[in-house]
Amino acid sequence: MRKVACIGAGMTLFRRRLLETPKEMCWEAAAMALDQAGLTIADVDAVVFGSAPDAFDGIHMKGENVLDGCGGKGKPYVRVFTGGGTAVFSPIAAYWHVASGTFDCVLVVNEEKMSSCQPHAQSVFGYIWDPILDRPLKPNLVWIFAMEMNRYMTVHNIRYEDVAAVAVKNKRNAVAHPCAQLPDPNITVEDVMNSEVMAWPVHRLDISPPSDGASALVICSQDFIKRKKVKSPPVWFSGVGWAIDTTFWTDRDLVFPEYLARAAKMAYKQARIDNPRKQIDFAEPYDPFDYKELHHMQGLLLCKKGEAPKLTREGVTQRDGDLPTCPSGGLLGVGNPIAATMGIKVGELYWQLSGQAGKRQIPHEVHTGVTNAWGDLMQFSSVVVMRA
Amino acid sequence: MTAKVEKWPGVELSAKEFYEKVTSVKFRPEAKFAWSAGEAMSRFLAELQAGRLIARTCTTCKRILFPPRMFCEECFRPTKEWVYVKDTGTIETYSISYLDLDAKRIEDPIYVGVVSVDGASPKMGMMHYFGEVTPETIKIGMRVKAVWEPPEKRVGSVRDIRYWRPLREGER
Repeated sequence: MRKVACIGAGMTLFRRRLLETPKEMCWEAAAMALDQAGLTIADVDAVVFGSAPDAFDGIHMKGENVLDGCGGKGKPYVRVFTGGGTAVFSPIAAYWHVASGTFDCVLVVNEEKMSSCQPHAQSVFGYIWDPILDRPLKPNLVWIFAMEMNRYMTVHNIRYEDVAAVAVKNKRNAVAHPCAQLPDPNITVEDVMNSEVMAWPVHRLDISPPSDGASALVICSQDFIKRKKVKSPPVWFSGVGWAIDTTFWTDRDLVFPEYLARAAKMAYKQARIDNPRKQIDFAEPYDPFDYKELHHMQGLLLCKKGEAPKLTREGVTQRDGDLPTCPSGGLLGVGNPIAATMGIKVGELYWQLSGQAGKRQIPHEVHTGVTNAWGDLMQFSSVVVMRA
Repeated sequence: MTAKVEKWPGVELSAKEFYEKVTSVKFRPEAKFAWSAGEAMSRFLAELQAGRLIARTCTTCKRILFPPRMFCEECFRPTKEWVYVKDTGTIETYSISYLDLDAKRIEDPIYVGVVSVDGASPKMGMMHYFGEVTPETIKIGMRVKAVWEPPEKRVGSVRDIRYWRPLREGER
């Protein structure tokens, strides 16, 4: 397989409501990524689009609706979808487009507009549940997080303040992100712990906000970089992985994301990583809820089972720590336009590893980063390892 | 260099701007659905109406699969037989929810979680409500029993069970 790099990234502001349509947001992010890479749309061979459930936008065939904004006109164009996992999955799709030799340069655009759904995006989250087993119970999406969080905390005997510390870290990290929706330089663990209980043990400040936003990446082959004399610094894909568990989610033990460990092992094997904790310099674990960062660190095999809260408490995961996690500010701080969080996951790996993260730049040298996203009904994960 | 980008794209709208200016249009979908319940679930729902929980066996994997299914996702072969499981079980996890379906706040919380069912393979269960518990008494690992709707009120739904309550002393 050919070597594949990311050579440019772009994103819009993440906000509760943006004026732009999904199509306009896609164009803004895509144009920025191309500009950063020093390319135009004519250099792009194919386009990959990613977005979460159609119901948020109220437009089926959303891929078709936004394609002009993604630069897809007249080109091979495809939408991929793995729920929340799309944030890291569409770059994987672009990776295989290029690694296979089918295309030299692929533009990836991810978008989500959650303000469209009235009165709240929660109403249509109800449509993801099984119509026979789950829906008669009138489930709220927060329930699944609450049930998973309780199981994880109870089995490993984790204190809530150690979970809340993740929200504090990420919302503080987000202060340095120019697109952030909920940065807070002064937030404390007490603020999180005293926030309204939504579905115990989940409190309001444990949850990332619904957002509008788009992000884009330019992904290409090594030959393309040479041939086009690309000046923008490349960051290389070292390993990719993804896996999914059974649809019968009530048959799984929610304490450990087995599907993520499988996806991580797939990516690590390709990246020749046999000791992730030592060989990985920083991580962007998917953090729609604070406990998810801890849960995912464990699934990414970056710590022993139940050890992630300790690493957080000891400052290991701070931006200047030994294993910075979510230096971007994460979904908790920058916002959660589901698929568009690509910009703070794979996008952050690109910016950190190419030294372009500005005020967010990890102060010590970093060579290898890992990120994941999580989706479908608590059962899917996508993983990307990148190197400078 | 991205670090030098001064203006990032995107124009923020306040709620007032969104709803009161010419910056939005509205649409209310009228989509209605009826699903065939399928081979496994049709029997499952009929048994619920009769006040029983039923599972399917997989002879290859030696598992008793709950909720029941006509093929095994593990060995990918047809499942073999219908077997009844008990209406007792164990709380694997739970939440105490102050939110309803639309994220509206509610006063009386909903106790909801996963109950693994006795007689099925380990950890196999369903999502359901819990009752006759308080935030102080409900625990992961608690033994529970289904409280059924009276027969004339059952309709063939998981709601034919009203909730699961703590197993009482001496009950099995």
